[in-house]
Amino acid sequence: MTVLLVAETQGSALAPATAKALTAALQIGGGVHVLVAGAGVGPAAEAAAKLSGVDKVLVADDALYGHQLAEPLAALIVGLAGAYDAILAPSTSSSKNVLPRVAALLDVAQLSDIIKVIAPDTFERPIYAGNAIQTVRSKDAKKVITVRTAAFAATGEGGAASIEAIGAGSDPALSSFKSEALAKSERPELTAAKTIVSGGRGLASAENFKDYIEPVANRLGAAIGASRAAVDAGYAPNDLQVGQTGKVVAPDLYVAVGISGAIQHLAGMKDSKVIVAINKDEEAPIFQVADFGLVADLFPALKELDAELAKAGR
Amino acid sequence: MKVLVPVKRVVDYNVKIRVKADGTGVDVANVKFSMNPFDEIAVEEALRLKEAGKATEVVLVSIGPAKADDTIRAGLAMGADRAIHVKTDETVEPLAVAKIIAKIAGEEQPGLIILGKQAIDDDSNQTGQMLSALLGWGQGTFASKVEIADGSVDVTREVDGGLQTVSLRLPAVVTTDLRLNEPRYASLPNIIKAKKKEVAAKTPADYGVDISPRLEVLKTAEPPARKAGVKVGSVPELLDKLKTAGVL
Ligand SMILES: Cc1cc2nc3c(=O)[nH]c(=O)nc-3n(C[C@H](O)[C@H](O)[C@H](O)COP(=O)(O)OP(=O)(O)OC[C@H]3O[C@@H](n4cnc5c(N)ncnc54)[C@H](O)[C@@H]3O)c2cc1C
Ligand SMILES: Cc1cc2nc3c(=O)[nH]c(=O)nc-3n(C[C@H](O)[C@H](O)[C@H](O)COP(=O)(O)OP(=O)(O)OC[C@H]3O[C@@H](n4cnc5c(N)ncnc54)[C@H](O)[C@@H]3O)c2cc1C
Repeated sequence: MTVLLVAETQGSALAPATAKALTAALQIGGGVHVLVAGAGVGPAAEAAAKLSGVDKVLVADDALYGHQLAEPLAALIVGLAGAYDAILAPSTSSSKNVLPRVAALLDVAQLSDIIKVIAPDTFERPIYAGNAIQTVRSKDAKKVITVRTAAFAATGEGGAASIEAIGAGSDPALSSFKSEALAKSERPELTAAKTIVSGGRGLASAENFKDYIEPVANRLGAAIGASRAAVDAGYAPNDLQVGQTGKVVAPDLYVAVGISGAIQHLAGMKDSKVIVAINKDEEAPIFQVADFGLVADLFPALKELDAELAKAGR
Repeated sequence: MKVLVPVKRVVDYNVKIRVKADGTGVDVANVKFSMNPFDEIAVEEALRLKEAGKATEVVLVSIGPAKADDTIRAGLAMGADRAIHVKTDETVEPLAVAKIIAKIAGEEQPGLIILGKQAIDDDSNQTGQMLSALLGWGQGTFASKVEIADGSVDVTREVDGGLQTVSLRLPAVVTTDLRLNEPRYASLPNIIKAKKKEVAAKTPADYGVDISPRLEVLKTAEPPARKAGVKVGSVPELLDKLKTAGVL
C-alpha cells in the first residue's frame, strides 16, 4: 500500500494544509509519496521532504501547473496513479477542483472531506452541514480522498525524503489562465490560524467591518472570518467566508461578532476549541454553541475589547 | 447554444435534520424538500444567458425519485424550456450522476452545462468536475462570474486566496458559487405554464449506466454535541474567562 499525497502550495512555499493531510495519509498506512506540482516550487518540495514519514517527494516544476488549472493537473496525477493505492489531498479549493476530475478519469468514487480514518478503506465524513457523520467504506481498488484539515493535527518535521523531479505531462489545452485577484495579507491564513475573529451582518457596513473587526484581530494576532451574509453584502471578500460552503476552521479561539449562528455557519466553526459570541439578541442560536456569550451591542463592546487588550499589552 | 442544467432535490436548507436512532441514515420523512440552492443559481444563470441572446434553450435534468418532479417544475416555473427526469429510487453517487449526464450531453449536444458546486445534503462537491472529465471538457468551478465569448467562456472562480479567472474552450462545464447571481422567484402564471412543459421520463438503464454504489455506508451517527457555555456580564469578565481557558 502506497499513498500519493498531493501537496497544497502557496506560491513557492508549502501550505500548512499539506502536513495535516499527511497525518491522515500516515494513518492509512504504507508508504507516503508527496506530489508537489507548480511553477518554481523547489522550496515547497524541500519543505515536504522534511516532513516526518514522507518516503519520497515528486516535483513537477513547470509553468503548466503555475495556476493549478484542473485539466493539466488531473492529467498529471492520473499518469502517476498506477503506482498508488490511494490518492489524497487536503480539502482546499484547488483539490476540490482537481481530485473529482482524477476520480472520474480513474472510474472510482471520491470520498470528500474525511474527518477520521477508521481503516485503510473506511472513513468518517460529515453530511448535511455536519449534522450527521457517515462511516463509509470504499469498494474501489483505488481510493481518491480529500481530507478536512480542521480534523487532523499537522505532522511535524524530522524526515529526509528523497526528491525526484518528474517531467510535465501533456496539456489537454481545454482551459487557460487569464487573471487573478488574490488577497494580500500579513495576517495568518484562515484555516491555519490559532485565533479567528469573524464578523457578520451585524457589522452593517464594510467600513464598520474594517474599523471594528481589524483592530481586535490585530491585537490577538488573529485571522479574520465572515458569515455569508457579510460577504454577500460586500463587507468582506469571498475568501473569508466560514461555513458549510466556505472554509471549515477549528482554531483554539473563535470570536463570532454580529453573527446569528445559522446551521450553515456553525458547520464551518463548531469544532473550534473555545467559541465566543457577541450578539445583542440573547436568543441568537450562536449562544447555543458558545462557551462564552456576551449579550451586548457589538460596537461599544468591540471598542472596549480593543482598549482592554491594549491595556493588557497586546 | 443549448444550456443543460442538472438540478437536485434536497432537504430544504432551513431544515435541521435528525439522524435515525438505529444509525441507518437520516430521517427525511415529512421534512420539506427544495431545489438545491446552488442549482437555483445555475438555472438563473442559464436563463440570463438566454435572455441576453447567448443561449437558445435551457434544458433541465434531474436524477431521482418521482418526487423530483417538484424540483423540475420549480425550475421550469423559473423559465427553463423543458426537462429530462431520470427516474430512480436508488442512491446514485456523483460518479454515476456524472455518467448519466454525460450520456444526456451526448444526445443533447449542449454548449454549456451549469451545475451547482455542491449539493447541500451530501456536500460532495464532485459531480461537475467528474462530468467534465468524462466529457473531456474544460471546467470552471465555484463561479462568481460567467462571460460567454466567441467559442469560449470566461469564468471567475472563488478560490481560497480570492478570485481566479480562467478561459475555457466551449463546450464546457461550469459550477456555481453563491455570489454568481440572485435567483428569481417564479410568478404565478409561470408556475401554471410550467405544468404544461415537456418532461421526458427516462431511467438510468435507458442510458446504459451502471449506478450500483462504489461506497458502502456502514453507519450514520450524530456528531458530538457541543454544550452551551456561560453568559458573561462584561468585556473584562470575558477576558478573564479566556485567560483561564488558556486561549489568550
Ligand atoms: C446554500 C447555502 C449555503 C450557505 N453557506 C453559508 C456559509 O458557508 N457560511 C455562512 O456563514 N452562511 C451560509 N449560508 C447563509 C446562512 O443561512 C445565514 O443566512 C448566514 O450565516 C447569516 O449570516 P449572519 O449571521 O451574519 O446574519 P444574520 O443571520 O442576519 O445575523 C446577524 C446577527 O447580528 C446581530 N446583530 C445585529 N446588529 C448587532 C449589533 N449592533 N450588536 C450585536 N449584534 C448585532 C443580530 O442579533 C443577528 O443575530 C448559506 C445559505 C445557503 C442557502
Ligand atoms: C455514500 C453515499 C451515500 C448516499 N446515501 C443516500 C441515501 O441513503 N439516500 C439518498 O437519497 N441519497 C443518498 N446519497 C446521495 C445521492 O447519491 C447523491 O445524489 C449523489 O451522491 C450526488 O452527490 P451530491 O449531491 O453531494 O453531489 P455534488 O457533487 O455535491 O452535487 C453537485 C451538483 O451536481 C448536480 N447533481 C447532483 N446530483 C444530482 C441529481 N441526482 N440529479 C441532477 N443533478 C444532480 C447538481 O447540479 C448539484 O448541485 C448518498 C451519497 C453517497 C456518496
